[in-house]
Amino acid sequence: MKFVAQGDAADGVELVANDADLDALQAELPRLARIALQFPKWTDGRAYSQARLLRSRYRYAGEIRAVGDVVVDMLPLLERTGFSEVQLRADQDPRVAERVRGHFDAHYQGDVQEPLPLFARGSP
Amino acid sequence: MYRYTEFDRRFVRQRARQFRDQLERHLAGQLGDEEFKPLRLQNGWYVQRHAPMLRIAVPYGELSSRQLRTLARIAREFDRGYGHFTTRQNLQFNWIALARAAEVMDLLAEVDMHGIQTSGNCIRNITSDALAGVAPDELVDPRPYCEILRQWSTLHPEFAFLPRKFKIAVSGAIEDRAATAWHDIGLHVHRNAAGEVGFRVLVGGGMGRTPLVGTVVREFVPWQQILVFIEAIVRVYNRYGRRDNLYKARIKILVKAEGERFVRAVEDEFSAILERDCEGAAHVIPEAELDRVSAHFRPPEGVAPLRPDARSAAFADEPLAFRKWRERNVRLHKLAGYRAVTLSLKRVGQAPGDATDAQMDRAAALADRYSCGELRATHDQNLLLPWVRESELLALWDEARAAGLAAPNIGLLTDMIACPGGDFCALANARSIPIANALLERWQDLDELYDIGEVDLHISGCINSCGHHHSGHIGILGVDKDGAEWYQVTLGGADGSTLSGNSVAGKVIGPSFAADEVADVMDALIDTYRDRRAASERFIDTVRRVGIDPFKGAANAVRRSTARETA
Repeated sequence: MKFVAQGDAADGVELVANDADLDALQAELPRLARIALQFPKWTDGRAYSQARLLRSRYRYAGEIRAVGDVVVDMLPLLERTGFSEVQLRADQDPRVAERVRGHFDAHYQGDVQEPLPLFARGSP
Repeated sequence: MYRYTEFDRRFVRQRARQFRDQLERHLAGQLGDEEFKPLRLQNGWYVQRHAPMLRIAVPYGELSSRQLRTLARIAREFDRGYGHFTTRQNLQFNWIALARAAEVMDLLAEVDMHGIQTSGNCIRNITSDALAGVAPDELVDPRPYCEILRQWSTLHPEFAFLPRKFKIAVSGAIEDRAATAWHDIGLHVHRNAAGEVGFRVLVGGGMGRTPLVGTVVREFVPWQQILVFIEAIVRVYNRYGRRDNLYKARIKILVKAEGERFVRAVEDEFSAILERDCEGAAHVIPEAELDRVSAHFRPPEGVAPLRPDARSAAFADEPLAFRKWRERNVRLHKLAGYRAVTLSLKRVGQAPGDATDAQMDRAAALADRYSCGELRATHDQNLLLPWVRESELLALWDEARAAGLAAPNIGLLTDMIACPGGDFCALANARSIPIANALLERWQDLDELYDIGEVDLHISGCINSCGHHHSGHIGILGVDKDGAEWYQVTLGGADGSTLSGNSVAGKVIGPSFAADEVADVMDALIDTYRDRRAASERFIDTVRRVGIDPFKGAANAVRRSTARETA
């Protein structure tokens, strides 16, 4: 997961609203190097579904960046749903990031990082 | 019952450590209230009137005596000596200081318990029939599927921040004892004509301000595909559910607004997962996994149908009080010679569903002696012993009576459902417990109680409906008017059980009553029933036959303080 500083509004970032229809975007995806998905509030979880769909349904291989009201405690969810970059809210301390990411060595259900659920991974 | 694997155990310990870290950062001022709130909620920690409230999951109601003893210890050492069993098979504590929260989570983890997703806008504790695995009318044991669902929904990364809370209930019997139609998703596991196991899936049930019963979205989803089908439902909800208005954010509103389009969206999403997604079939459940999980739910060691000569003779000279208890609190069992026994948590002087640390310890001892160390938390806020030999009923009754757990009132008026209400809950508009206690005291005459017969009385302290007032034959809802407590009364609701009939919300019988009128209103309703009932007709049937007007008239006639207002 790459941390992006606030104010880094690099060129070539396609900003996608969290209620956007991804099918409409599909044709353009191969040309997009980076998509930014939005969290207007950090408890608004729509962009998790978008990221997951971009990766596993649309096979999008570019960068997916989380922007908006992004707090460090979201990191485990962002990683598991396919985000590769994160722009934390200004008041967030990236040093806490390592702490919040290391708690679990595995999960039950599959996700973008590990598509197989526990029961399909061999011995439970 | 399910026994944790090394993975499960490590996972709960890791979750407890994660929570300890979040709590420490919060107490050190590094994690603000706004950021900490959703995190603590997803571990079961609310902030309530007096202290934080901790809600502990009892997944699909299964509880071991060892777990119950730990809950008793937490009640004794961290709380004020009692806990509260809820309608969704959780246990709540009300007096634990937040600074000690991490200690409590560690203790729970030692007995494979936690508060994961007992609150917050995520998939909550999966509930089921308290008689799962022992009911004679069972079609398919729902518990292995509940466990598979529990694992799948635990810390699902995509569905941790849904528009609103999301509740799933699973039933596998002819009778629905899990109020499935009142859940965001209700599942009925059954066999089709070919003998294959699958799920009838209802979506969009819920109480609150807009009581709605679930809609059947699919009659039969093969069991192998149930996780994929639920993923499709929850994804459609996560993407399209309303987030602009808290009161319109539950999936029921989406289902109602979109109707057939919602069903189509779910079916399209379901097909897309299987046909288009990378590893889209990864969550199709293999036979081997079902077998592995099902092995946990075989009857306990040494439990098998008993031959007639090993069973007890009829209770020829049984004491009358024992016979009444046997009639009310003892249920038939799938296995010959066995019975399921309810330990009543409805008695004078204690709030419905409450148990003291001593009562929890005694219930645990009864479970060890008579039920292979297993108990169930029931939807009606009682405890149940699932593996009792019929020949030991008399001995069990004696001990349960001494422990204050043998009130012979299951299914009767005093076996009421009630939320903790305004005494504890920060959301409540009015208190539930004083109303419940007054009614418990009023109906202590067993002959009178038995004559009234089966009535579902449900009491909620506010419109959030934790006390399920909408589904009560009689529902009482606390409302706040100008800072005073008032109570709205509904009639004719049903939770979907055989006695109650198809799930439906009760009808309001008129303007709210003052607190001191409620007991008289109840008397008026019950008297009307006794005047009007046909032979052996139960309360709910009389209400349906004669309509609510006679009841309404009788209730209005006892108004005192509210008389002028309604005149």
